[in-house]
Amino acid sequence: MLRRTTTISDIDAPARLAELLDHHDYLADEGVTTAAYLALKMGRPLFLEGEAGVGKTELAKTLAAILDAPLIRLQCHEGLDAAQAMYDWDFPRQLLHLKAAEAAGVADVAALEGEIYDRRFLIARPLLRALETQPSVLLVDEIDRADDEFEAFLLEVLSDFTISVPEIGTISAASPPVVVLTSNRTREVHDALKRRCLYHWLEHPGFDREVAILRRRLPGCAERLAADVARTAGRMREAGLVKPPGIAETLDWTEALLTLGAVELDPALAAATLGAVLKHREDQESVRARGLLTPDGGRG
Amino acid sequence: MADDAAVTGRGGGGHHPGLLASPGPEPVAVLTGFARTLRAAGVAADHHRTQSFLAALGHLDAADGRNVYWAGRLTLCAGPDDLPRYDRCFAAYFSAAFRAPRRVRATAVSVTRPVAAPYGGGEPEPAGEPGAPPAAASEIEVLRHRDVARMSEAERREVHRLLALLRGTRQPRRARRYRPAPHGGATDARRTVREILRHGGEPARLRRRVRTHRPRRVVMLVDVSGSMAAYADTLLRFAHALVRAEPGATEVFSVGTRLTRITAALRHRDPGLAMDECSAAIPDWSGGTRLGEEVRALLRLPDPRGAIVVIASDGWERGQADLLGAQMARLSRLARRVVWVNPHKGDPAYRPLTAGIRAALPYVTDFVAGHSLAAYEDLAALLAGDRPARAVRRGGADA
Repeated sequence: MLRRTTTISDIDAPARLAELLDHHDYLADEGVTTAAYLALKMGRPLFLEGEAGVGKTELAKTLAAILDAPLIRLQCHEGLDAAQAMYDWDFPRQLLHLKAAEAAGVADVAALEGEIYDRRFLIARPLLRALETQPSVLLVDEIDRADDEFEAFLLEVLSDFTISVPEIGTISAASPPVVVLTSNRTREVHDALKRRCLYHWLEHPGFDREVAILRRRLPGCAERLAADVARTAGRMREAGLVKPPGIAETLDWTEALLTLGAVELDPALAAATLGAVLKHREDQESVRARGLLTPDGGRG
Repeated sequence: MADDAAVTGRGGGGHHPGLLASPGPEPVAVLTGFARTLRAAGVAADHHRTQSFLAALGHLDAADGRNVYWAGRLTLCAGPDDLPRYDRCFAAYFSAAFRAPRRVRATAVSVTRPVAAPYGGGEPEPAGEPGAPPAAASEIEVLRHRDVARMSEAERREVHRLLALLRGTRQPRRARRYRPAPHGGATDARRTVREILRHGGEPARLRRRVRTHRPRRVVMLVDVSGSMAAYADTLLRFAHALVRAEPGATEVFSVGTRLTRITAALRHRDPGLAMDECSAAIPDWSGGTRLGEEVRALLRLPDPRGAIVVIASDGWERGQADLLGAQMARLSRLARRVVWVNPHKGDPAYRPLTAGIRAALPYVTDFVAGHSLAAYEDLAALLAGDRPARAVRRGGADA
């Protein structure tokens, strides 16, 4: 069969989307699948919250891969403003154009002014780029890090998917991009923005799903090792650490163990590779002290 | 948790498949009724969200209870705090025996009698002269220094009125953004080039820009456990004044057996309404305290970075004191400064003897009283001034 790009209209049921996610190595549970399905079908932004490392950003990447669309990422930070998020004028080029026109002896001032504020002198930043690229997946990462003023502004763009440039006019998307917003919840995002979105709270994967993810992502990983790592990671998440490991960390850890030729999680290797999964000294000490790295998890 | 509810919902005697297909109330009426139930339980499921809920179900097979569950959860909830309430309401509403969820609307703090001072060995002070007429010279002046736990209802009302007038401003910190300025600061390349363009390429006046300033963030933890009952209401009113002064730069959490974010509840202009909202939002009034756990929960959110963290508690820690110590150590490394407000510190006989306080004190920048209006005014001044305590230490080392 000819390989054809998947469009949103091809995805006719959540089960179909689950298959596609699975095909792209993203093992989603029912909640994530339904959330992503509704986001695609309703044309609504998907607002993902959850602890770091539960696969928020990864979902956006996978959706982009499924739709064969570019992933346009807007990493939020304090002080992010319109010039960095929407568009900016290319001042040096405008100035060059002006000088060149002057040298060529152009006399029509009005026409020249029109030329300067042309689309080609406009630098598209992520939001404008997402509206102009079709199809596209726009990832607004860590929205909680941006200032609250920025939210109001983002809300405006996400409500009707248009951006107005005073010198040119309104630029609107023929079909809205798929939008994924993520937040680590360092700050409560304004309700008006959330109301526009579908809200999903992501949890750490359960044991079975984590084993499946590890084995899928790291084909060389034996069932035994995956189960050991997933069980230990589960215990670590319950141990009240400063930074409990996310799925990204357990993947790193398993990869490190595989590189060292491990087939199961033995305490010596686990201790040697602990830096791949726990990045705080306090956490490493606490895990060692509780004997969480031994096969029985310090219970026997 | 989520799955449990969905499963119970579905498994409830095969009730679901017939839920929307069965004769009886209109499906839309059933669903909007569910949204109403959620609203009553404290989830902000407004009209707009209800519309989204119905629209979402239009894309799914609404006869399947799990789809109803997820469509509702994705559109009607707005945060992790909503999820347990949602699960409870879903199970209750869509089960055969439907009954309205019990409203957790405890009255704010209705303590009128002072509690006995619970600290190490010291005799509780005689309860002032509660019935004595206030001095004629300046009632407010007298009131300012009185312990709120020993006040009459009318006196406390007056203090609360004055607290609402308190200015919760704070010293600004330098922000990342710039703003145009007539002079000073650095050259603003963007605006300068724009200016040149406007003049047809002729070099024009240099534009300048300076850094903007924003208020420093304050994160306040208010202990609402049993031992703090006499002060919790007043502390929340103080927190309300802080939130009202800088809504964008203040976060307030209630602390008891769990950490609850109550900033949104405190955004109400009216202090009385804000207190009502708070009491609806806080699930663990007058329980115990597990401060160590909760400071840890706070640290899991990278919230306290660069902020002034105010902890209002008597340090009666039910959990392990060493956990509290370890978490406070980490907090002190992340936060700009840590202010501990202890209502009992206003008592001259008070000694910080409880295990919790002793574990936490080494990591606290300022240890202040919080029992009277005057103490709260001092605290507000401290937040407005924000002089780092480290400067003092450094000066000593140089000498």
